[in-house]
Amino acid sequence: MYTQALDIHPQLATPLVATEDAHKQTHFEETINHEGKIEPRDWMPAHYRKTLVRQISQHAHSEIVGMLPEGNWISRAPSLKRKAILIAKVQDEGGHGLYLYSAAETLGTSRDQMLEALHTGRAKYSSIFNYPTLTWADVGVIGWLVDGAAIMNQIPLCRCSYGPYARAMVRICKEESFHQRQGFESLMVMMQGTPEQQAMVQDAVNRWWWKCLAMFGPPDSDSPNSEQSKRWGIKRISNDDLRQSFIDATVPQAKVLGVSLPDPDLKWNEERQHHDYGAIDWDEFWATVNGKGPCNKERLATRVKAWDEGAWVREAALAFANKQQARQTKEAA
Amino acid sequence: MSANASNEWPLWEVFVRSKQGLEHRHCGSLHASDAAHAMQMARDVYTRRQEGVSLWVVASAQIHASEPHDKAALFEPASDKIFRHPSFYEIPDDVGHM
Repeated sequence: MYTQALDIHPQLATPLVATEDAHKQTHFEETINHEGKIEPRDWMPAHYRKTLVRQISQHAHSEIVGMLPEGNWISRAPSLKRKAILIAKVQDEGGHGLYLYSAAETLGTSRDQMLEALHTGRAKYSSIFNYPTLTWADVGVIGWLVDGAAIMNQIPLCRCSYGPYARAMVRICKEESFHQRQGFESLMVMMQGTPEQQAMVQDAVNRWWWKCLAMFGPPDSDSPNSEQSKRWGIKRISNDDLRQSFIDATVPQAKVLGVSLPDPDLKWNEERQHHDYGAIDWDEFWATVNGKGPCNKERLATRVKAWDEGAWVREAALAFANKQQARQTKEAA
Repeated sequence: MSANASNEWPLWEVFVRSKQGLEHRHCGSLHASDAAHAMQMARDVYTRRQEGVSLWVVASAQIHASEPHDKAALFEPASDKIFRHPSFYEIPDDVGHM
């Protein structure tokens, strides 16, 4: 569903180690400068590897945790059609997590290591999922705005310099388009409904709008890792530029839908050929990233519970496979 | 690190034939306890939208890959043998398509 360039570990930026083979370093940089791709077994600087593991695993965690707020509504979807669509969407999010975990594993980290980092709270995931989904309109708004913001963020990642990540992103972006369209369409249906249903949509938009703008990460002036990531072809477009594109794309959509966006400062700037917008509450964003959002504890606890309660299934499947293999070896002997 | 890598389900590479007449192409990997399980997972993870008509799953440990540092030794000898390409030969226009 989503990645955000969190830049939450600025201390990672360290100078290149002198012992690293200068020749390999040059070759690596030439490949990147010529828009070439780096593949799993190629030499790469330790910091490039570390940055990718962090970003791809955070992205994977976001997909998996992202299943939870919408999963809440599967049993309460208003029709069989909407239920089938929501199940398919949540299943996609799980699939996206799996593509991404696989991509991260090609860098030499194990699935269990990544999950352990998530479950112990060491690894982050997108803070957007630490807010509750209060009404059915929230499900539509998540599709339209949260997935819309995610698409804006993810399309440039299809050109990421690391091959497996770029390929996973191509697959994900193809599927995200369904997510956004189903959300928008479901809101259009509600907007043709009763005044109560229309008010429900407006209320959901009001609650999610600013959180979606924060999804693009801190302002460029406050993103110490972005320069390095840009040079390495991991990040292509800055947080502020992506945020601006998202706002410019969303304003006309809101008009079609017939909802207002909760920002009195939002207006077209003829000179810039972009919309101006109001100040984002970064204190609230950082508080949520750092564990003080309304659902941080609940989300993590749900993940850990699912993992713990699934342990016997993982163990039994492995025991069965080992037993079958032992039997085959014995029969062959 | 409490996670014990040996308790993980093994890794499998997934290949999908997108339609009859085309080759199977690598599309990603997944963890599964055995081949039958990997097949089932591959169907759920990689073919939710009719992306395929046939699947291969191969235990990743069974794949032998060339090393990046062998690239020159393996592939460069072909670069100076341009006579292997039809465009190397000049044939009079009168001959027509050949």
